[in-house]
Amino acid sequence: MSVAKPITHDSAELHVTGAARYIDDVPLPANTAHLAFGLSTVAHADILSMDLSEVARSPGVLAVWTADDLPFANDVSPSAHDEPLLATGTVHYVGQPIFLVIAQSHLQARRAARKGRIEYREKPAILTVDQALAAGSRFEGGPVVWSKGDAATAIAGAQKVIAGSFTMGGQEHFYLEGQAALALPAEGGVIVQSSTQHPTEIQHKVAEAIGLPMNAVRVECRRMGGGFGGKESQGNALAVSCALVARLLGRPAKMRYDRDDDMTITGKRHDFRIDYRVGVDSGGRIAGIEFLQLARCGWSMDLSLPVADRAMLHADNAYNLDHVRIESHRLKTNTQSATAYRGFGGPQGMIGIERVMDHIAHDLGLDPTEVRKRNFYAEAPGALPPDPRSISASVKEVQTTPYHMEVEDFILNGLVARLEADAGLAARRAEIAEWNRQSPILKRGIALTPVKFGISFTLTHLNQAGALVHVYQDGSIHLNHGGTEMGQGLFRKVSQVAASAFGVDVGNVMITATDTGKVPNTSATAASSGSDLNGMAVKDACDRIRDRMAEHLAREHQSTAAEVRFEGGKVIVGGDEMTFAEAASRCYMGRVSLSQTGFYATPKITWDRKAGRGRPFYYFSYGASVTEVVIDTLTGENRILRADILHDAGASLNPALDIGQVEGAYVQGAGWLTTEELVWDDKGRLRTHAPSTYKIPACSDRPRVFNVALYEGANREDTIYRSKAVGEPPFMHGISAFMALSQACAACGPTYPDLQAPATAEAVLAAVKRARGAA
Amino acid sequence: MNDIAFLLNGTPVRVSADNPTRTLLDWLRETRGLKGTKEGCNEGDCGACTVMVTDGAGVRALNACILFLPQLHGKSVRTVEGLTGPSGQMHPVQEAMVEMHGSQCGFCTPGFVMSMAVAQLNGATDHDDNLAGNLCRCTGYAPIIRAAEAAAGQPVPDWVKDAPDAGAGPAPFAPATADELAEWYAAHPDATLIAGATDVGLWVTKELRDLPEVAFLHACSDIQTIEETDGGLRIGAGVTIAGLRKAISSSHPALAELLRRFASEQVRGAATIGGNIANGSPIGDTPPALIAMGATLHLRKGSARRDMPLEAFFLDYRKQDRARGEFVEAVTIPCTAPDLACYKLSKRFDQDISAVCGCFNVTREGGRVVAARIAFGGMAGIPKRAAAVEAALIGRDWSLATIEAALSAFASDFTPMTDMRASAAYRLEAAQNMLVRYFHESAGAVASVLEVQA
Repeated sequence: MSVAKPITHDSAELHVTGAARYIDDVPLPANTAHLAFGLSTVAHADILSMDLSEVARSPGVLAVWTADDLPFANDVSPSAHDEPLLATGTVHYVGQPIFLVIAQSHLQARRAARKGRIEYREKPAILTVDQALAAGSRFEGGPVVWSKGDAATAIAGAQKVIAGSFTMGGQEHFYLEGQAALALPAEGGVIVQSSTQHPTEIQHKVAEAIGLPMNAVRVECRRMGGGFGGKESQGNALAVSCALVARLLGRPAKMRYDRDDDMTITGKRHDFRIDYRVGVDSGGRIAGIEFLQLARCGWSMDLSLPVADRAMLHADNAYNLDHVRIESHRLKTNTQSATAYRGFGGPQGMIGIERVMDHIAHDLGLDPTEVRKRNFYAEAPGALPPDPRSISASVKEVQTTPYHMEVEDFILNGLVARLEADAGLAARRAEIAEWNRQSPILKRGIALTPVKFGISFTLTHLNQAGALVHVYQDGSIHLNHGGTEMGQGLFRKVSQVAASAFGVDVGNVMITATDTGKVPNTSATAASSGSDLNGMAVKDACDRIRDRMAEHLAREHQSTAAEVRFEGGKVIVGGDEMTFAEAASRCYMGRVSLSQTGFYATPKITWDRKAGRGRPFYYFSYGASVTEVVIDTLTGENRILRADILHDAGASLNPALDIGQVEGAYVQGAGWLTTEELVWDDKGRLRTHAPSTYKIPACSDRPRVFNVALYEGANREDTIYRSKAVGEPPFMHGISAFMALSQACAACGPTYPDLQAPATAEAVLAAVKRARGAA
Repeated sequence: MNDIAFLLNGTPVRVSADNPTRTLLDWLRETRGLKGTKEGCNEGDCGACTVMVTDGAGVRALNACILFLPQLHGKSVRTVEGLTGPSGQMHPVQEAMVEMHGSQCGFCTPGFVMSMAVAQLNGATDHDDNLAGNLCRCTGYAPIIRAAEAAAGQPVPDWVKDAPDAGAGPAPFAPATADELAEWYAAHPDATLIAGATDVGLWVTKELRDLPEVAFLHACSDIQTIEETDGGLRIGAGVTIAGLRKAISSSHPALAELLRRFASEQVRGAATIGGNIANGSPIGDTPPALIAMGATLHLRKGSARRDMPLEAFFLDYRKQDRARGEFVEAVTIPCTAPDLACYKLSKRFDQDISAVCGCFNVTREGGRVVAARIAFGGMAGIPKRAAAVEAALIGRDWSLATIEAALSAFASDFTPMTDMRASAAYRLEAAQNMLVRYFHESAGAVASVLEVQA
């Protein structure tokens, strides 16, 4: 069996030799056109006039198009049809595409795109959360409220009430490969290559834009140079533009964003403000809690509603809340349309309650880890902790989330006990407190935070996947499925599933580009669902082929299909043994179909998002992390010193790839909460639109001591080989870095430091001063 | 004009010099079809375009996106396609990256393996510093460092041991001596002088500017030397930041540590001290340190030379005391600066631009301050001395009371601005606290988070 083995990424050798091909690397036909957008320079305005004559005269320009030149749908929205490809009369943010330049080279297109003369009549721009609240600028009319129990009464009756407000920044994806697409004219339609997590969406939007049915559009994606959610909907504009040129001008067209354009045009993680009020007893147990979640969604709807929903769905994180009320506002602002980003609102919701835990522990003078553990959901029956003595919570009645889903698979009591021991948390906490007493300028901090992350698309119908598997008569296997490869190792994991089904080496399985012509109606590779959904669909296809092969070979050998074994590259039947290739050849000669589609739909899930009730998730992924940091109280400079992570990947399909996901996600999550600061000026211009000003973690920002382990154990639900999804959940381990910084700030004085995110040096210094009692 | 000539993956190439600001990256990808070298940011900040360049000074990792073709004349360029051996053998860093799961999406990987191969060839094992200019968004860097460590001790494959292109002939657009440069520039005062192109590169790739007349300085070997003179160390304008860092590592440890955090390996290998001064940026990293040391700037126009204290060169935002056709020829610093401390404050420790860069050089005798030179970047429109703060210190006891009394003087020296890097109030407060830190460090306290380990 190749599953569960730590095999390398399918493209590792291509990556290191520079041979892995991305969209911009595809050799182009000689007459390929290159595209660039002319962008709005103001945040909100009516366009009074456009003078594009200089653009058209610029060297190499073939054509310049505005919205008026588009023959069919002018829409690249993934949701509400509120996002025109090219602006129609009004611009809604700085960076909105207004016109499309079609030129002979990329550089010529970029040069020409700066020569547009647009006359605007500026309108008031809504840029901030407060401005949007004041103006009542929201999606969905009003706030969404979900509740369980009676939070207000529970808080009123509590021994102590704690309230606060927490602001967290957004996050630029900074995939290393910028957005890119290439379209070729084809008979009756177009062929599109796109760096996209969602080929079907590209197909759908392209078909609408060129006025043809979906069967006229084929979309292919071999790999992306990173996605992180930023290529779920943000690639639509490029693919549609290229397809329009291919269709209308009959020539190939390529578009890739320069990095500054990419960061200026595309959406980012939603920034949030979360206000909270919590009633607790003297032991820090939560009696009742209220959250007000304010999400800045930008100018169009994009995926903001499910993102904001998922923030609400993670407001409890790992904690049993009997009386809870969550109110969510989806605020419409004149900024980039915030979009999917790893965790999809989950991190924002989760850090809300982790912040509350930090605040409770501070105000009650308790150990924050103890407060967290006292509020945990009860351990699932049968989840044996490594040390039963460490479990204080006894199993009581069934506990439910704030959205009334039973928590059946909770394992964090045992997992956290193990992590505390492995990381030596108690001793280090004491040692750090002593160190801090001796160190007036530098202060250290340590924190443990848990993660419970719901797995499934909350839009239930998306939880389906298809696959297409061929076995050729020489025994080689051609594998295709609806998932896309963005670096996460999905193709390798799925090839391990296929190889295991046929008992062959993964080398026998050819992994091929995602292609809407092979597997239709796919969902985005998102919500961490790639392996769960596509692995099952592939297994379905492989199992059916294998069963037909077994049946045929059994018939030839006067045996039964149940007795035919596929293992070690061999097929064993009725005392005979043959290579898999021979078996395939025999089946071909015996006129057995060796090609099969596969399909999977996630069971058990039901969800009423309006009511906030149901079972939106098939299961939960868990984990916990301990981070230690040091801060400089003179400047606020800070560093992560050590991280210990224990993460639940179920029965891992590939431990090496899963650990890679955990390590990478932690650093990305810590980056979100520390150095990665998006700054807009008062005109709505993003000032951090390149790596010179927007700082993702660099090499030396990773923890010097970085211990990552997987928590062994099978998924209680019947997922692919009992594994668990791993793409997004470990991102939220970065929260422990932020809480450790909060602890370090708290070591500077008696007052709660009220650290805000991202914890730049400036934010840390402000928190240090608050801790010392400054106003 | 003769062609630009260099070796590409061991093979001589000749490129027409028609467009002197064509970048190596565009040429590799668009003209040569070598697509392994990636464009990640087109401004020298992500390292996805890193290539290996060999010349008389040794082997360097450089960013191809902001490297103009004439800069390569007479050198040898190796790309990721040439990192694999002639019969397809992988380089040790490539093998280690596969083995250690060092790639996920793979887009940054060609740049990483080139940086790693250069470090491996040079025997450098300070991996964090060597890789600070390569951004990875997927892995969290841990497996990449494991790979760098695994490859460090292994033999360097023969096929990456390049020699410069000996048969290249005279370099186009590139004076060979300072005299030649002085004469040419005096006659072409509107030309753009290009040393490392780490700033001018962005004028072309980001601002899309045409540079009608250019001269490259890489062939001027007589301004690429460091000499000990009566006045101190005379550093030629063409000395790279990497070269300077190496040369002064034991004589000026505080400056060396600042230079360790100057941009990235790729940028330090290209950028020059002269460029960092002449550029006039208020947030360049070397001017505050040089001013604090009392550096003397040497300017030249034609055969006329003049000297000035470096701080006098910076007149106003982006305005310097430099005549048309005049250029920075060298800068002289003291042979040692034992009291110097440099504090660079930025959002990220490595490869970032300073929000505030504070450099302190306070001389004490018998517990009293006898001299003080304090200069800041990021606090004004120019790199600027803190004259009022200096005055508040000189002649007084070196004590916390003196420091605290001097803090209010910062507000008379500086009115910093708010931008995407920091607020004005924070800049002022951090600058003040740097003086406090300097005091505590002078008393032996540990006051840098970089010195703490778990």
